[in-house]
Amino acid sequence: MDAESLLLSLELASGSGQGLSPDRRASLLTSLLLVKRDYRYHRVLFWGRILGIMADYYIAQGLSEDQLAPRKTLYSLNCMEWSLLPPATEEMALQTSVLKGRFMGDPSHEYEHTEMQKVKEGEKFFDEEVVVQIKEETRLVSIIDQIDKAVAIIPRGALFKTPFGPIHVNRTFEGLSLSEAKKLSSYFHFREPIELKNKTLLEKADLDPSLDFMDSLEHDIPKGSWSIQMERGNALVVLRSLLWPGLTFYHAPRTKNCGYIYVGTGEKNIDLPFML
Amino acid sequence: MEDLTSLKQEKENQELAEIGPPWEGVTAVSSQDPEPELSQPFESEQGLETESGSRSSPPPSPQARVSTPLGEVIGAGAPSPPSPLREASSMPSPLALAMQDFAAPSPSQSDRTPSVIPESETQHSDHLEQSSDEMEENTFQQSQLPEFHLFEEPREVDNNNFQQKELRFDILEEEDSNSNYELSQPEPGASEVAPSMLEIAIQNAKAYLQQTSSNSGLNLYDHLSNMLTKILDERPENPVDIIENISQDVKMAHFSKKLDTLQNENEMLPAYEIAEKQKALFLQGNLEGADQELEEEIVENCLPNIMESAFYFEQAGVGLGADETYRICLALKQLTDTHPIQKCRFWGKILGMEMNYIVAEVEYREGEDEEEVEEEDVVEERDNGESEADEDNEDEDELPRSFHKAPQVIPKEESRTGTNKYVYFVCNEPGRPWVKLPSVVPAQIVIARKIKKFFTGRLDAPVISYPPFPGNESNYLRAQIARISAGTHVSPLGFYQFGEEEGEEEEEVEGGRDSFEENPDFEGIQVIDLVESLSNWVHHVQHILPQGRCNWFNPTQKSEEEEEEDEEKEEEEEKEEPDSIEQEVGPPLLTPISEDLEIQNTPPWTTRLSSNLIPQYAIAILRSNLWPGAYAFSNGKKFENFYIGWGHKYSPDNYTPPVSPPVQQEYPSGPEITEMDDPSVEEEQAFRTAQAAAVLPAEENEETEEDEDEEDDYDQ
Repeated sequence: MDAESLLLSLELASGSGQGLSPDRRASLLTSLLLVKRDYRYHRVLFWGRILGIMADYYIAQGLSEDQLAPRKTLYSLNCMEWSLLPPATEEMALQTSVLKGRFMGDPSHEYEHTEMQKVKEGEKFFDEEVVVQIKEETRLVSIIDQIDKAVAIIPRGALFKTPFGPIHVNRTFEGLSLSEAKKLSSYFHFREPIELKNKTLLEKADLDPSLDFMDSLEHDIPKGSWSIQMERGNALVVLRSLLWPGLTFYHAPRTKNCGYIYVGTGEKNIDLPFML
Repeated sequence: MEDLTSLKQEKENQELAEIGPPWEGVTAVSSQDPEPELSQPFESEQGLETESGSRSSPPPSPQARVSTPLGEVIGAGAPSPPSPLREASSMPSPLALAMQDFAAPSPSQSDRTPSVIPESETQHSDHLEQSSDEMEENTFQQSQLPEFHLFEEPREVDNNNFQQKELRFDILEEEDSNSNYELSQPEPGASEVAPSMLEIAIQNAKAYLQQTSSNSGLNLYDHLSNMLTKILDERPENPVDIIENISQDVKMAHFSKKLDTLQNENEMLPAYEIAEKQKALFLQGNLEGADQELEEEIVENCLPNIMESAFYFEQAGVGLGADETYRICLALKQLTDTHPIQKCRFWGKILGMEMNYIVAEVEYREGEDEEEVEEEDVVEERDNGESEADEDNEDEDELPRSFHKAPQVIPKEESRTGTNKYVYFVCNEPGRPWVKLPSVVPAQIVIARKIKKFFTGRLDAPVISYPPFPGNESNYLRAQIARISAGTHVSPLGFYQFGEEEGEEEEEVEGGRDSFEENPDFEGIQVIDLVESLSNWVHHVQHILPQGRCNWFNPTQKSEEEEEEDEEKEEEEEKEEPDSIEQEVGPPLLTPISEDLEIQNTPPWTTRLSSNLIPQYAIAILRSNLWPGAYAFSNGKKFENFYIGWGHKYSPDNYTPPVSPPVQQEYPSGPEITEMDDPSVEEEQAFRTAQAAAVLPAEENEETEEDEDEEDDYDQ
């Protein structure tokens, strides 16, 4: 959710019970403004919060003018002091994929993981236990990146591709119409497209190149990894990810108000096929 | 098109560059020479070209270009009788300035015209800054002018220029007097040169623009004027950045009218519907305004103060929005007004895929309804029916019947005790009718522990799972509510105590006391103690045993009592079932949560102070890690529990479906299964001789034995 319209956004997203206490709100409003100034971001998003056992991580993201450029991620434990996280890499994802369970809430906490490695000595292979230590910060980076890639979404038309390539916020976006708001196809993944390239020409024929430059949600695997609901009559459409429970996207049809917030444990719901 | 024109321009620039310098040299020398009059038109032509060429793209012939410049200047200024006087007088200046402007941005030109640009530019920019106030004053005039131009005197090329420059129009008027008067001078002299050529060019371009598209029926001319009208009406910031979208919007607006009749009516219906229902919530206060005494009596105790606890939960960073909370509050009021409810509580919200559930926990007053009894009867009847049928079979033929007996159905707990202590009402949205959930059966809890399903939001949806769940979604929801309540409803130590008198009476079984009451002498606990020590929180809901009940039910003992009449059955059961099943015992009521089991190194609870900045007014917040979404707060004196989430238990490992039940072993091969070989001839003969030897002593026995032998033969 946009840091500038934080209060309205929180109110809109409150249907899932994910709020912020008044002191957190106030401090976010203050500190995110400073973050925007200090890091010279074009736009600052309040990304959400990852619930740890001892403390929670508050996450914000800074966007440059090109909305799809790699985002900078910051975290904070007290909503005032923000620290920049390193960019996520494939290696990190691989490394942290062995970790399970909840976050501790201490970025310097080290998870210990023992794994069997094959060591070659002469002709023979020996299994040797190697203790790998993984910092929680690394895991945090990797999880945020995974969530962003998997479930960060944006309604169709809210961004547009300028003729020069960069993607900008569409100022003439007036919100989705009601009939569009109920369809998954009018929401896009807020990331560089992956599947768009694989589409056939026939499928691409109807796409508007200045708007349809991202992957839409409707082809997500497994089917049914989104819950889409109309709340408050029809005044609010809420999408909840079932794959990453805790991610809520809200959009008030016919207005510009839209955004997403993640409040959860930072664990992927791999039981999804059993639960549908 | 743009490329083409720009190319042309390039060429022209080059041409002009060859011719240009001398002219400019002259301009630089003195502006009162006759030459500047000639040089300016060239300049202005350039400016106009960049403008008109890129925008409206009328491709005039090269000759026209060369020949028109003078005419254009004139055409702009002189032949405009219908325009207001003021406009006419100022006409030359915008053009002149336009040309200066155009000269400025394009580098090639600016290189060539160093003498003209600096002064005009500086003047211009200075003036812009100075006259920003004037701009505002003039906006009224400006906003009227464009439309006038657009619709009243559509002259393509100049028109575009006017549009562009109109913003500066009024400012420029002043400049006329000082800097531009020289430029305006040449015009009268040039006015007679080539009006006809200009007219033709204009007509051609206009005709081109007004060509109607065969696809959409629009023409570019109208479209452009609509766009510009829209821009000037709405005055967006940096319109050049969003010109594409504006164009699209204008086109869409053109077509959308036809669709109106089809779309408008039905779209908002659900919104109206729910608003209508919620209106009833807000109106109910007025309806009962008459008999306020009665209302006070009823409502006094049972309606919970949701807004207050919502305030505290907001400190904790959980809860629904303010308006939704208030609607729920009203909905609960409606519930308590229409049912004989003694105690009511807002239990929480369970998220579903299509709709959510808002759950209210109530306790009836003495007069409770009898629906549940009927349900029980149905179940029992079924059981009896089956057993009777089995008995009939037994009498008729002697084939062995199935020895498999369904595991004994553990009866559900009485209402007001154990898992059925409270009654739960759910609704999808505040304002919609409340639905009472059926009471929970132990089997449902047992199965619910083995499955993990998302709620759909429809109470009658089937729960398709392995192992099969006995019931539909309403039963599953009720089972999950029971489990969550048992796990996460906690209170500060000392708030509840065991009722002394009642406790003694009700302690029939060894299970422990199951009732409690509020402690009147509760003095409150320091918030900091609540945060620092988990032993200051206790469970006030009974633990659910693996059996699915809170109070132990002994299956063996009970079965004997039930079936004393059928003696045969009793014997069988006694053989099959072990004589004494070990009684399941869970932690007793009011056990501190510090004794809760850990989930693989994860502590089951997290406590926090709501604010580190103002600790003296902070409250203690408790978060369950076992049931993500369950929260409790306490400010020392008050406390409340709340659940919001998907209704699932947390486990660090992923869900594994239960293993399939063991395959039943076949009957072991023994003397009852194996048979002898057929009797051989020798054996029979030996047998006969033996018989012959013993004929006399036992005649009667012999007969029967022979019969048996014969029977055996038949069977084989």
